[in-house]
Amino acid sequence: MRRRFTISQALTVAVVSLIAIFCLTPMLMVLMTSFATERAITVNGYTLWPAEWSGEAYRRMFNSVSKVPKAYWVTIRSTLAGTLAAVVMSYCAGYTLSCPQCKFRNGLALYFYITMIFSAGLVPWYMVNRALGLTDNIWALIVPSLMFSPFNMYLVRNFLRGVPDSLRESGLIDGAGEARIAFTIYLPLATPVLATITLFYAISYWNNYFNAVMLVNKADYYPLQMLLFNIQSELSMISNMMTGVSLTPPKESFKMATSIITIGPIILVYPFLQRYFIKGMVVGAVKG
Amino acid sequence: MTVDPASNTMRTHRAKRLGLPGVIHELIRNRVLYILVLPAALYTFIYGYITLPYMAIAFEKFNFRTGIFSQWVGMKNFQYFFKSTWAATVTRNTLILNFLFIVIVYASSIVLALLLNEIRAKRFLKVSQTVMLFPYFISWVVVSYMLQGLLNTSTGLLNRVIVGMGGAAVSFYSTPGYWYVILILLRVWKYIGWTSVIYLSVITGIDESLYEAAYIDGAGRLQSVRYITLPLLLPTASILTLMEIGRIFYGDFSMFYAVIRDNGSLMPVAEVIDTYVYRTFKLTGNPSLSMAVGMYQSLVGFALVFGSNTLANKLYPEGALF
Repeated sequence: MRRRFTISQALTVAVVSLIAIFCLTPMLMVLMTSFATERAITVNGYTLWPAEWSGEAYRRMFNSVSKVPKAYWVTIRSTLAGTLAAVVMSYCAGYTLSCPQCKFRNGLALYFYITMIFSAGLVPWYMVNRALGLTDNIWALIVPSLMFSPFNMYLVRNFLRGVPDSLRESGLIDGAGEARIAFTIYLPLATPVLATITLFYAISYWNNYFNAVMLVNKADYYPLQMLLFNIQSELSMISNMMTGVSLTPPKESFKMATSIITIGPIILVYPFLQRYFIKGMVVGAVKG
Repeated sequence: MTVDPASNTMRTHRAKRLGLPGVIHELIRNRVLYILVLPAALYTFIYGYITLPYMAIAFEKFNFRTGIFSQWVGMKNFQYFFKSTWAATVTRNTLILNFLFIVIVYASSIVLALLLNEIRAKRFLKVSQTVMLFPYFISWVVVSYMLQGLLNTSTGLLNRVIVGMGGAAVSFYSTPGYWYVILILLRVWKYIGWTSVIYLSVITGIDESLYEAAYIDGAGRLQSVRYITLPLLLPTASILTLMEIGRIFYGDFSMFYAVIRDNGSLMPVAEVIDTYVYRTFKLTGNPSLSMAVGMYQSLVGFALVFGSNTLANKLYPEGALF
């Protein structure tokens, strides 16, 4: 029965392959160019296969004057601390909102929902952060905007709603308190949705440069993305200063190498979480 | 005295609507639950509610010393914005670009999800999904350098190809005309994998017996797609899309600011409300003017979000988020 469709099957595979190539090629170019010598880039442009190979850009990234390791450390700290806080907050709130015995759950849901559909905007956000002292420190990268998203809380709530109520009842009969039920019975069951929101939060922390653009002026607290964002103007400044010197530092390859270093951990982590987060996303967002 | 059943139900009804003692009783009885929700509620209060009074500075001549109680100037900031040509430019760019982003990503993702669903080679399916999902996780800053690598006038891969085929190199970064297409392609590149994976999981959730019945009735592959897959996929896909349409007045700041940066020659087509609010704030140092633009965005944005959510709830009650 299926054999009749081998031609259409081949066609489908071909079209999907083309889309996959469309998605992959630009990143491949970034990866390959990061290993090219500066001369090769000037002569041949950005390519998928460098004419001359060099690891100079990567070596320079970790030499003594490089700002990359420091920015990396800022990003790692804010991502870990922020994601942990965000996931705990979302799980706890989502749990309460999923409990039928909580009388104010609908009122609370509305309270969160309102902030999703009406936002005061950038300026009040900035003023509040200033008032809270969230400028020019690591907290400015952790607290504002990223630490709690009602959408993720709704994912948790919708997921927990699918858990049969008899579990809670049997927990109560066994003498467990509400906190015990939340953290020893429901928490392990919520692994797929927790993996999903962990990934969401971690990615938004890792990729965020907005907080740094708005709130951080000191280079000491630049996260990786902000460093990368500024690298363009900084590199052209350096190469302007170094005109006349025969040895120009690698500029294009350095940009590309920093890009690759920036996405490195995501590549490492995401195949493991991919399975979970599709599942959690579907159960949470697309009920029945 | 006889007990009237109607008044009896009234009384129980009143008992359900808690008075102040009832509220306290409920807070004590479920105290653990309310302690659990407290951090999120507090955070939301600070960023979602304390921010609201600050909107008043749209009507003031803001001074950092006097803060929210600065000198009142009425609608002056709004007049300034709406008299400038930027009002029309940023509104148009935001609406048109977002609309095209949503519709084209939606359509292409549905097509891709249907194609993925036809693929029998499991290994190929998994690898291609992983590859196509990848751009979703990459930051816009990295994407901006990737784009430069493609479009740079002298060294860009695309320009090298154009020159190699005998054409003349195109100076993309100073030619606004190309940028609607470039931004849309970029958007599709980043989101097609992600969106189609979600749609695909909806498709795989469809009851297999429907397809068997259709096969027995002599339906071909295309017919089952047309009469089973699409009708069952569209409600979910539409509700997700409708939600996005609601946010059409909010540009993706991270995307636009990373890709366009401060490139003045591209602003006529690529300046959106969010980047404009930011630029007004950072460059003029006038929070009041920026707040006036922000308030315009908040109010129109709210109307659109509220409208689309209401519509979504009406059309697909089972899919409602709230």
